[in-house]
Amino acid sequence: MLNRTQAPEFKTIDSIAIQQAQSFTLDNGIHVHTIDAGSQELTRIEFVFKAGMYYQDTPLVASAACALIENGTKKYSANQLSDSIDFYGSFFETSVSQDFSSLALFSLNKHLESTLVFIEELIKNAIYPQEEINTYLTNKKQKFLVGSQKVDVLARRKYSELIFGSTHPYGIEVKAEDHDATKRDSIVNFFKKYYTHSNCIIIVAGKLPANLHQVLNNHFGKDKWGTATNINKAYIPAQTTTQNIHYIEKPDAVQSAIRMGRRLFNKTHPDYFAFQVLNTIFGGYFGSRLMANIREDKGYTYGIGSGLASLVHDGYFFISTEVGADVTKNALEEIYKEIEIMQNDLVSDDELETVKNYILGQFLRTVEGPFALADKFKGIWEFGLNYSYYGNYFNAVKSVTSQQIRDLSGKYLQKKDLIELVVGKK
Amino acid sequence: MIQFEKFTLKNKLTLIIHTDKSTPMACVNILYNVGARDEDESKTGFAHLFEHLMFGGSINIPNYDEPLQLVGGENNAFTTNDITNYYCTVPAANLETAFWLESDRMLSLAFTDKSLEVQRSVVIEEFKQRYLNQPYGDVWLLLRPLAYKVHPYKWSTIGKEISHIENAVMGDVKAFFKKHYCPANAILVVAGNVDRENVIKLTEKWFEPIPAGEATIHNLPEEPIQTEERKHTVHRDVPQDAIYKAYHMCARVDKEYHTIDIMSDILSRGNSSRLYKTLIKDKKLFSEINAYVMGDFDKGLFVISGKLSDGVSTEQAEQGIEAELQKLKIELVAADELQKCKNKTESTIIFSEADVLNKATNLAISELLGDANLINEETEKYQQVTAEGIKDIANKILKKENCSTLYYLKK
Repeated sequence: MLNRTQAPEFKTIDSIAIQQAQSFTLDNGIHVHTIDAGSQELTRIEFVFKAGMYYQDTPLVASAACALIENGTKKYSANQLSDSIDFYGSFFETSVSQDFSSLALFSLNKHLESTLVFIEELIKNAIYPQEEINTYLTNKKQKFLVGSQKVDVLARRKYSELIFGSTHPYGIEVKAEDHDATKRDSIVNFFKKYYTHSNCIIIVAGKLPANLHQVLNNHFGKDKWGTATNINKAYIPAQTTTQNIHYIEKPDAVQSAIRMGRRLFNKTHPDYFAFQVLNTIFGGYFGSRLMANIREDKGYTYGIGSGLASLVHDGYFFISTEVGADVTKNALEEIYKEIEIMQNDLVSDDELETVKNYILGQFLRTVEGPFALADKFKGIWEFGLNYSYYGNYFNAVKSVTSQQIRDLSGKYLQKKDLIELVVGKK
Repeated sequence: MIQFEKFTLKNKLTLIIHTDKSTPMACVNILYNVGARDEDESKTGFAHLFEHLMFGGSINIPNYDEPLQLVGGENNAFTTNDITNYYCTVPAANLETAFWLESDRMLSLAFTDKSLEVQRSVVIEEFKQRYLNQPYGDVWLLLRPLAYKVHPYKWSTIGKEISHIENAVMGDVKAFFKKHYCPANAILVVAGNVDRENVIKLTEKWFEPIPAGEATIHNLPEEPIQTEERKHTVHRDVPQDAIYKAYHMCARVDKEYHTIDIMSDILSRGNSSRLYKTLIKDKKLFSEINAYVMGDFDKGLFVISGKLSDGVSTEQAEQGIEAELQKLKIELVAADELQKCKNKTESTIIFSEADVLNKATNLAISELLGDANLINEETEKYQQVTAEGIKDIANKILKKENCSTLYYLKK
């Protein structure tokens, strides 16, 4: 007779093998890192530049330089570029983070070389026509204004300012009027300064064509494109707000967005691994304390979570949720209560074991497939780390104790250090 | 090409196995043949609320998530108007845990009052977060009943109104479970780094003892052919005017489906598409615009939705859309433009096959649509789309009397 109350036996994950990136250098010195994996005949080529928002002098410039790079060169109009890239069934995606910009081409191998011709052209010769800039900024402003109607968006925008300060490169909050003030010159200058061979690495993932090295060299490795300049920028210390409680009222809101957290550290810090375990227990997965209490017990919210944002020069911890406007105060109280429990009580062995296994399972999930493996490489490259980071992570998660979790909660989750922001109604 | 094997168990459960040794994970996907279209009109939102309750403990296992997380697993679920789909991934060595958990909640739920009470609140907060507290969040709550007068697609999966969720009682929950959650009404797909013999053995062990039950007979009223243009205007606190135009179209498995899908790509997929180039960049009538098919199982909708640029009237905006639709009706799409859309579709399908979970879910959906192997025929069906076919279908469906338009205007 089948005993359904008895859980099947299971294995814990004892080791994780990560396929490491192989590297080579183009004639002009560009480093290329490759993950040859997967069974489909496709490739993703990602060009990464240190050209994130951190480097811009005025808001929107870094994102405009990145997003508009495919909007025309001397040789081809924006329409010609998009027609050609689309014709081959390829996808070209641009994105900007605080520290980096990324231009990613997704292509079937059979069309890779035909498409790369156009990618080469736009990376080296983007001209940013005024007309395209106008359309982009007008429409971006519209989207910004739609975002301004959302409590969670307002909270997210405000929060970096509270953590880093209103004039800090990580803290500047975009305003609607910035969309009208952004000049073509600043965008072009930003492109010229940061989109150069000396500020570029290439990460390639997929079932790689045999002639990849030669193809990349032909398009990106022969000449020293772009003028290499010194892009280093000294990090200014964060100017975190000294006031703990912040409130933006939105009288007609049916839900309030809550953000709470503090400036902390990034993944190069010695406490980072153990803090990740702490965070998972507290708010980092579906079974977390915050979810169990505020969603699954009280029903105040559809979702609540916490995380650690890791930036190249800094980092911060944050809790984020949207709750019924009428229960905003109760939800805040429960969050503080859960923090106190983290500080006062030891996590039980069962809970700690579950969380450790869950984290390692997640880890296994992120080393699956060529793109995930490439992202794993990028995750260490961005911080100047090497693959031993992942081994250390694995071992640290395995060995962390409930005592350590309680100590870290006492050290890093002091109420006096927490910045609370509510957008909506209290 | 996705290789798979298909079996039917003694209790009518369908099992599909797809082996992919390139991943260290195994995934278990269970599709139940029930969606919002199967709800009673006075008790809408129930299929989705029920999805939440499936995580509230089963007859022999008090908590679904904890044991799964303990073995390094992760799970989620989604509800559409047509189906409810549950999936989890585990490190391959721990596959049996997923069988244990999924089979127990197919056998029976715990049906605790606490779980019902909490999930009612959670779903109400979801309703507020996604449909009420968002600019344009209630569009589908307005557009569906405009386009559908009879067919249950007239309500959204979240439900018609919050009160339907508030009023859900335990009796409803139990009846819903009994009617729809049984082997005969489910498709189990096991995919990833798995051994076929082991999967068959585990399925027989954990699922076969569950009583078969009966497959849902949908028996839904057919939407009568629309004969008059429909328009509805609302004013809301939003920064931009928006227009939504919904045209009735064929069902997911009908022959015309792929032609209409390609037509939507010609209009709005990527920066080289017609609506993007003409209406956003040249005429500057819209700040964003999209055309897409909803992909519903029964006769569905082809939708064009756009947000108007400042200072543009709804008449100007609509004329802009109309001119583009007119072009589709009188001119054949050029060969390279059509080829572009086919190439794009081909690469999308190949890229999507790089993800095991995605493959598992799509196998289950294809099987419910008639045959799991439909998944392998998609590329060819798109390749067969012709310029003449697009012109014909444009003339057939892009007509005023087949259209419902929602004007969503700023106050």
